[in-house]
Amino acid sequence: MNETKALEIACPLPLNDHRHIKLAHGGGGRMMQQLIEDVFVAAFDNPVLRGGHDGAVLEFPHGRSVLTTDSYVVRPLFFPGGDIGALAVNGTVNDLTMCGAEPLFLTASFILEEGLETEKLWRVVKSMRSAADAAGVSIVTGDTKVVERGHGDGMYINTSGVGRINHDTRVGPKRIAAGDVILVSGDIGRHGMAVMGEREGLAFTTPIESDCMPLWSTVHAMLSAGIDIHCMRDATRGGLCAVLNELARGSSLQFDVDERDIPISESVRGACEVLGLDATHVACEGRFVAIVPRGDEERALYVLKSQNESASMIGRVLDGEPGLVTIRTPIGGRRILDMPAGELLPRIC
Amino acid sequence: MKHVDEYRDPHAAQKLAQAIRKVVTQRWTIMEVCGGQTHAIVRFGIQDLLPDSVELVHGPGCPVCVTPLEMIDKALEIATRDDVIFCSFGDMVRVPGSRADLLGARARGADVRIVYTPLDAVRIAADNRDKQVVFFAVGFETTGPANAMAVHMAKTQGLRNFSALVSQALVPPAIEAIMSAPDTRVQGFLAAGHVCTVMGTHAYAPLAAKYGVPIVVTGFEPLDILQGLYRCVLQLEQRRAQVENQYERAVCEAGNTAAQALLERVFRVVTRKWRGIGEIGESGWALTPEYEAFDAEKRFGLADAEVSEPEICISGLVLQGLKKPADCPAFGKQCAPDHPLGATMVSGEGACAAYYRYRRKRAA
Amino acid sequence: MCLATPGQIISIEGDDALSRRGQVRFGEAVRDACLAFVPEAKEGNYVLVHAGVAIAVLREDAAARALDLLGQIE
Repeated sequence: MNETKALEIACPLPLNDHRHIKLAHGGGGRMMQQLIEDVFVAAFDNPVLRGGHDGAVLEFPHGRSVLTTDSYVVRPLFFPGGDIGALAVNGTVNDLTMCGAEPLFLTASFILEEGLETEKLWRVVKSMRSAADAAGVSIVTGDTKVVERGHGDGMYINTSGVGRINHDTRVGPKRIAAGDVILVSGDIGRHGMAVMGEREGLAFTTPIESDCMPLWSTVHAMLSAGIDIHCMRDATRGGLCAVLNELARGSSLQFDVDERDIPISESVRGACEVLGLDATHVACEGRFVAIVPRGDEERALYVLKSQNESASMIGRVLDGEPGLVTIRTPIGGRRILDMPAGELLPRIC
Repeated sequence: MKHVDEYRDPHAAQKLAQAIRKVVTQRWTIMEVCGGQTHAIVRFGIQDLLPDSVELVHGPGCPVCVTPLEMIDKALEIATRDDVIFCSFGDMVRVPGSRADLLGARARGADVRIVYTPLDAVRIAADNRDKQVVFFAVGFETTGPANAMAVHMAKTQGLRNFSALVSQALVPPAIEAIMSAPDTRVQGFLAAGHVCTVMGTHAYAPLAAKYGVPIVVTGFEPLDILQGLYRCVLQLEQRRAQVENQYERAVCEAGNTAAQALLERVFRVVTRKWRGIGEIGESGWALTPEYEAFDAEKRFGLADAEVSEPEICISGLVLQGLKKPADCPAFGKQCAPDHPLGATMVSGEGACAAYYRYRRKRAA
Repeated sequence: MCLATPGQIISIEGDDALSRRGQVRFGEAVRDACLAFVPEAKEGNYVLVHAGVAIAVLREDAAARALDLLGQIE
């Protein structure tokens, strides 16, 4: 594709003038126009965006549609296996996906910190385009603001997304029923460890790559296979543990999972042992929990495994204590898996 | 993971639990001294496997929990200075002092950094010569070598901008304090394996003899703990009171002599205060004259201040095994991991936090 | 106290007793650790690492014996 080729070259802004983002890049004048044309339109290039209006005029298919929005703040901006741009696209794409919608269009708003290297912005924007292509969505409108130096971590991104639902499966916590089977779409905790690993002093020699990826193709495959997904939710901050707790509360049922069935890579596991972290608390950016009726679980697992070999059936929904998540430990004990409290901190004791 | 997975085998765990049920004929109260073991007990649901007649009480072996309020206040005083980068282990930053905690100080602009190893704090000092870099050197004997190494490296590298706020505690005097309390309920101990890895086991024989308690040096994996309990119960049933070493793969009688050599050079034994318990003679370490130029308390000229714990909090009694977390009127109400009153609710291995997280309601 | 994790030494550097360091593998995660206090440790050995510092070389014979004992429990 022409676009792909164009994206491989260096940042198109004339670097001698614009090595760093200046306040004027958000000032509404010529510099801002140049930034929009040379960076954002160049990278996201599509007919709607090229229209250059204040908003995107969309040809929208019939049926139910889904609208979602999310803001992305991450330090560092680049981490093994991804960056804030990939995160901003995949995060919103996955929010649409978890509602059962096929993602179609995204908006992208940037809050840039004065002094940000333009080259970094270009790398992020390129990464957004690649992620959007991989997820099959177009970035159709956006906005840019520049804040004074010291008032942002380089950049923040907000993306909103619209998608359509073209199937009859109703997906949501209220459909979860006792007897349902809980599955997870792949090994957990990579994203959180990738980001934590980049922070000072916590780096491992072998970098753990983020699991940041779009989930629509996996969910589409499940829906196409006729699996009656009762509920799905992607595991982001708070990890698998938070999702299980949210859904147990949302459905007023008890969830019971088996720790031995939770897929964790040996690198994440080793890092968690060293830092004293519970892998179920560690963030993911490309994993989801699917809850399916009994009888559908084998087919669901088959479809999930065809997309990610480490997908696993991890537990069941019980008609027990509402909102409680219990976990069977490797030695056959049982404990409560409670919501993670606050910031994830490595411990030595 | 080798040396980990073998000790998490469910069949062996069931067999050990069965063996304990077979030998036990009466009620026994056993204290696991170490917070790391408390953590493993709740994380793996070990209590579920035990007969009701074996009662576990959780000891004071959590360096975060026993660090006195005054020390945390000192840490906050240092951390909020403009010229300071304050480095701490992650578990220490959420522990409330008498007014605030280090995370709160960071939110208000203090440069508080979480490090995995004290040696990173030394590196930060080398990279930031224009700043005072202070490391909060909390720990029991296990963390002593790492903390001593940091101070020693700073001295060797001539890093005058590095100092350590030392809050080192020692296990044997704590065991002695618990056993000499007139109302003690503890009949046997699981001694902390990693403390013994460093210090060896010789300090425990006099304690076992003096108080007639079995002491089993125990590791941290579920099978280690179950085996430690089995050996402790067996001794109790046979009316023996000896020191046994369950954790032979990591503990020998003499301990780690290379580490002890540096510990002796860097630290001297002092009386210290334990949060919730009070003063215990010869139960801590401070820097020796050779290294006292790196003592943050001296460098910043901090004075001791008397502060008191919230009245309702019973963390001191919990730490001594006299009360269970659920006996506290504030437990799960005014006091929870998000808004802790006492240190046992803050640290992940604090008995109250562990109970809150894993055993708040009995699993169905 | 004190979370210490067993890992395998995959390389060692530094000759001076107090500056010995090495790469240690935990599962598939590799990290640098101080080896000053385990002068006897060799590549391939498992060490117990606490706060970035190795505090013991794990004794394989003792581990095997302990596992044997566990196997014999009736």
